[in-house]
Amino acid sequence: MNKRNFLKNLTGASLGAAALAFVPESVAKTHAPVIGSQASRSKKTFPNVPVITHEGKVVRFYDDLIKDKIVMINFTYTDCKGICPGMTANLKRVYKEFGERMGKDVFMYSISLKPEHDTPAILKAYTEMHKIQPGWTFLTGTKANIELLREHLGYKFSDPGLDNDKSQHLGVVKFGIESLERWGMAPALGDAKYLAEYVRWMEPNGSRPVLAELLG
Amino acid sequence: MFKKIIQVTNFSKQEKAVERYMKEVNDIQEAGVTRRELFKMGLSAGVGGLTAIGGGAFLPNLAQAASSKTSSIISPPCNKPWSDPLPIPQTAVSVGNFRGPGPDKGQCLEPHNLWNPGKGPIGGFEDFTEARTEVHQRWDELGGDAACAKYELMAQEIDWNFYSAAEYPTFNSKVWTYKDMNPNSKGEFATGVLRLKAQYGQPVLMRMYNGLPKDGRDTQGFGINQISPHLHNAHNPPESDGGPMRFLDSGKWYDYWYPNVRAGFASTHKAGTTRYDAANPKGLWCPGDWQETQSTLWFHDHRMDFTAQNVYKGLASFYTLFSKDINLDTDDETTGLRLPSGKYDIPLLFTDKVLDQTGQMFFDSFNIEGIVGDQQTVNFKIKPFLTVERRKYRFRFLDGGPSRFIELSLSSTNTTVPTTMTRIANCGNLLPKAQVVSSIRLGVAERADVIIDFSKYKPGDVIYLENRLEQLNGKGPTGKILPSSAKTQLLKFIVSSATALPVDSSASLATLQTQVMVPMPDRTKNPVKVKRKFDFGTSNGAWVVNGKFFSPNLISAYPAEGSREEWTLTSPGGWAHPVHIHHEEFQITARNGRAPTALDDLSRKDVVRIGDAAQGTAGTTSITFEVQFRDWYGDYPMHCHNVVHEDHAMMIRFKIVPPTDPNAGK
Repeated sequence: MNKRNFLKNLTGASLGAAALAFVPESVAKTHAPVIGSQASRSKKTFPNVPVITHEGKVVRFYDDLIKDKIVMINFTYTDCKGICPGMTANLKRVYKEFGERMGKDVFMYSISLKPEHDTPAILKAYTEMHKIQPGWTFLTGTKANIELLREHLGYKFSDPGLDNDKSQHLGVVKFGIESLERWGMAPALGDAKYLAEYVRWMEPNGSRPVLAELLG
Repeated sequence: MFKKIIQVTNFSKQEKAVERYMKEVNDIQEAGVTRRELFKMGLSAGVGGLTAIGGGAFLPNLAQAASSKTSSIISPPCNKPWSDPLPIPQTAVSVGNFRGPGPDKGQCLEPHNLWNPGKGPIGGFEDFTEARTEVHQRWDELGGDAACAKYELMAQEIDWNFYSAAEYPTFNSKVWTYKDMNPNSKGEFATGVLRLKAQYGQPVLMRMYNGLPKDGRDTQGFGINQISPHLHNAHNPPESDGGPMRFLDSGKWYDYWYPNVRAGFASTHKAGTTRYDAANPKGLWCPGDWQETQSTLWFHDHRMDFTAQNVYKGLASFYTLFSKDINLDTDDETTGLRLPSGKYDIPLLFTDKVLDQTGQMFFDSFNIEGIVGDQQTVNFKIKPFLTVERRKYRFRFLDGGPSRFIELSLSSTNTTVPTTMTRIANCGNLLPKAQVVSSIRLGVAERADVIIDFSKYKPGDVIYLENRLEQLNGKGPTGKILPSSAKTQLLKFIVSSATALPVDSSASLATLQTQVMVPMPDRTKNPVKVKRKFDFGTSNGAWVVNGKFFSPNLISAYPAEGSREEWTLTSPGGWAHPVHIHHEEFQITARNGRAPTALDDLSRKDVVRIGDAAQGTAGTTSITFEVQFRDWYGDYPMHCHNVVHEDHAMMIRFKIVPPTDPNAGK
């Protein structure tokens, strides 16, 4: 397939993603946001870029992973020796908290901060080693697309020094209900029960804080 | 690069397909397609736009907008400034009795409450139910139901134009505000930024209905229809404090009880105290320590993880507390300290916004550092004007955030009048003595009351209230003071053209500047028993306090009721944090290890700025203060009031326990 055909064949969404890096400055300056509908907001918020799962499937980030789902997202990389193993272990506890909902309406995503190293095969090996169950997907992709996701999901500091330090993006988990546009963020090493509760508290018919538990 | 790595792995057929696909994606990016093409494709694909351009670093602000060097998106310009009048916060009206069930110290016997039967639903609800049951501490002791002034407020969505109607007549934003459910004498319902006037000695019972849209959809991308109204700076029991986990869903109501009683009333000052003045040589007695009297409080939403979104959405108003009982701050300029009162007492809420091309508010819920808007509003208007009479006014400044620090000063076309302000209060408290200042810095949630005397100006003179503090991102201000410009001007005062001087019964400026107001409470009587240190840091990008993450079931300290403690807060810098403690105010004893000298450090505080540019351009790495834990039992938070930081768990909770509790002092 030559480049021209490829361009034609690609879906608009992934093309848009490629375009993002090149938005002309003049446009950027004058293009004030229009809030619009939820659908248009979601498209702007979540790049619909192709990413690859640890199963080797190519999926679109927004259409296939985010839309109409309740999600928890974190960033990690497989050869991270610092807090990553502990975080994975804690997120496994969160997974258990959601129980049967995992893979049905609740999904967890761990996106590689080192996509050039974390191939689908390596991610697959990692999930097997940690006995990751369905409903929790590890993701990789092109460096540019992963960077785009990192920026859009708020894993970005204005200080370049801080931002270049990968370890600064590991410690927090983003959670949300896409259809209601409710998004929060919490320490990934926080109490697993409450990481799940934060999500349920946001649900219209979810659980609510039980004061007796919270009074020490 | 991707290809190379994949080659070293064991290929399955699928992975080969993946490799090809990714190579193609890489190729397209390396191909250098013309900007024009990509622009066209990007827009037609419906991707790009707002967050695509700014991403997580979407941070329009004063300095960036002025330099236009960066590619931040900016709000529609305000080309017709000073064409709309300043919205004046209307006073909520108290009612004799609640419609629906009567109040109770715990659970209402009749939790079901019809608000609007037969007249159509409010926020999707025909009726509302009581949210939860917590017993009001000391309810009977402080007079119970009979003593209360009762209010009925509802959190509701309204239509609001932040811009001047002259320039953008069709602009509209969906704003969530507290709305008074009872009309004033003109038949108007206070809404938007409103105020509640309370008096010491008379508890307020505020029945707060959550009438936010039932389905919680179409929120313009942010906000949650669950609320926890927090009365900021008040000495209130936790069940009425509006803490982060005590939120109510839409369709619920809760009776918030504000006892309006001074700290110490049930502990260190059980016998009460007496204030003497010339009009009352025999003194006026009040429960508690009169030197803990407060004045300018505010209430705002505090729903955990959503405080920034819900406050930005509009849930913020004033609670002005008066002290007629001791003839101090009386709401009458002919009595007490004779502060300018009535229509000459005007609260001003400063909050910055990012707005879209239709005037709708934008909030980036994926920003972790803090949201800094490029349009600053005063009582929810961009660049309004206020025609002032040639007399003294009391303005109550409040930095409503979400993340911007401000430094307020005046400039004038009439250069013969000094542009100073007489500062009479800091946070919620009257100072021991007023100070004449040329500017006032406020972190988020900090307040300052000032007297401005317009009598020295000529009819038609123009004075601007400006914020000249540079802040480039949500992390905090640089400390640099920008030159005065059209960008830094927030509010235009136009001096009335009337040539005759109006009546001004408030005290003379000389008296206001020299009279004793509220001396600092005595620190010697109740000595410090426990000292604690709290280090605010980060761990892998998450906030930690003393190395620990926030958890809703974690209590980090158990102060004994009635005791005084010394707390030291430390922060390594790189950030600015306005740290707020619920329950009681504190007195700063050291900043960076040295005795404090700045005016706002020498008063009672409930928010303190630490970290970068805490004062001037200088940072503060350590703050030490003394704080008492009196009268109420239960749990309260301490948190960063850059509400974006707060929502990312920069918070701890402490619990006040009886001295006999096994945890007391731990």
